[in-house]
Amino acid sequence: MRAVVWISESTWEGCVQRARALLPADADVTLLHVSPSDVEELAAGGAGRLLGRRPRRPPGPPLREIAAEEAGALLEQARTRLGRPARLEVRRGRVEREVVAACAGADVVVLARDGKPRLGPPSLGRHTRFVVDHAPCQVLLVWPSEPPGLDTIPVPPHERR
Amino acid sequence: MSEAVALVALAAILAAAVARPRWAPDWAVAAAAAVLLVLVGVLSLKDARAAVSQLGPTVGFLAALLLLADGCRRAGVFDTLGAAMARGARGQARRLLALVFLAAAVTTAVLSLDATIVLLTPIVFTTAARLHTSPRPHVYACSHLANTASLLLPISNLTNLLAFTASGLSFVRFAGLMLLPWLAALAIEWVVMSRRFASELQQPLEPADRRREELRVPVYALGVVALALVGFAFSSVIGVAPVWIAAAGALALAAARERPSPREALGAAEPTFLIFVLALGIVVSAASRHGLSSVIDQLVPAGAGLPALLAVAGVSALLANLVNNLPATLILLPVAADSGAGTVLAMLIGVNVGPNLTYVGSLATLLWRRIVHAHEHETDLGEFTRLGVLTVPAALLASTAGLWLALQVI
Repeated sequence: MRAVVWISESTWEGCVQRARALLPADADVTLLHVSPSDVEELAAGGAGRLLGRRPRRPPGPPLREIAAEEAGALLEQARTRLGRPARLEVRRGRVEREVVAACAGADVVVLARDGKPRLGPPSLGRHTRFVVDHAPCQVLLVWPSEPPGLDTIPVPPHERR
Repeated sequence: MSEAVALVALAAILAAAVARPRWAPDWAVAAAAAVLLVLVGVLSLKDARAAVSQLGPTVGFLAALLLLADGCRRAGVFDTLGAAMARGARGQARRLLALVFLAAAVTTAVLSLDATIVLLTPIVFTTAARLHTSPRPHVYACSHLANTASLLLPISNLTNLLAFTASGLSFVRFAGLMLLPWLAALAIEWVVMSRRFASELQQPLEPADRRREELRVPVYALGVVALALVGFAFSSVIGVAPVWIAAAGALALAAARERPSPREALGAAEPTFLIFVLALGIVVSAASRHGLSSVIDQLVPAGAGLPALLAVAGVSALLANLVNNLPATLILLPVAADSGAGTVLAMLIGVNVGPNLTYVGSLATLLWRRIVHAHEHETDLGEFTRLGVLTVPAALLASTAGLWLALQVI
């Protein structure tokens, strides 16, 4: 079985913990991180927004390098936590599309809910929802911490007093 | 005829500034257009001189401020800010966002929006990445605050600098009247950003001590900036124009340990940008004299009532989104200045907050980018536009209401 585990900054610990518990021991695991190129571009290319100005880029490594380096460090941490061999894959681009693309040929993608900690649609963020809806493989959707109880479902309007 | 020639010249400059063709840099197009308008007699030499002498001090002021911000960068002010934010966040993403708000608001107000966009935002990205938290909320906050937080001081935005002299206000009175609008805009940004990015802000951060850097506070640079601010505040009392105080501050930083080479200093002052502003000012003044003013006059309502101020802010925001805020300010200013300081400040709220609606500051730039970069999908325009729609109208309303209130009280 080929499994892709999507590591995102906000939910990776819970996601890895559950992947470790739920994936079969012989699964061929890839840990995936995607750096959002739009945010990077906004941070680095802001100068394009200033009419008539051509400021020089401040010295130091390009943001793309910093992002890639930190993504690598995060994936190493995740592999240690997973406690078994895993391939590491760093991608860059539109997050939701890159994750879906990385799932090509995989049997299952493991990802964590990253929205509100209660049962219901808001428990999925925009990018996570896209991956759930578009993944070309099975989807293992986990809660990053203990799943919330049934009482977190809002009371239907007609039962409200 | 003269009106048509002046408008064509203005359009050519805007086209060059937006499309940035290699063979016709915007500053050269602007300079050529200004000279041409004088040569063909659309603008008399006397009027051109008047425009230059009116804009000259502002452009000099701008150069000094650019050097001041660059001096702060060389002294390590922004690196220190990054390290301080990482440490101050104490493992909480929401706290980090609050610190980013504080840093961006103060940097923009004191060192202008350019400093926030060019110098602070990359540092904020790096800080978030190193704390292994999503940089998205923090970078978007910085990017938005570069505009919204530029309401406070005459030095926070080139638009303010241009309007400051025309408004006839003192430095302190300008800041006093804009304090409430500034706070109102910041509050709206905070409410929207912290809700919109709630899920990214929930999780704990990587401990900052992973690469604990020595927190070296650049006392000299910060001292110079603080002294310059005090100088600006008392400029009208001591009778020294703020431009000289800014120049003294820039000189003091240039003489610091992290001294720039003359070439570096010249580059940091962006001479081509200064030429661009000056030439754009001349061309807009020609267009204003030949009919543009009377058109704008009908669009901009006079009066200091809340509805009038709101209308001025709205029209200014729209125009800024059509043609970028710098030309919009130059076009609106002569008319707004006739109606008094309140109208000028309402116009500034429009041209400063408005550009957050489009990712690149104006519809013209946005359309051009779409044409040229249609094959690139890097920019998430949807996300930026959603944030713009959520914040801009609310911030325009709240800030203008704040201005109206301040005008009643002070």
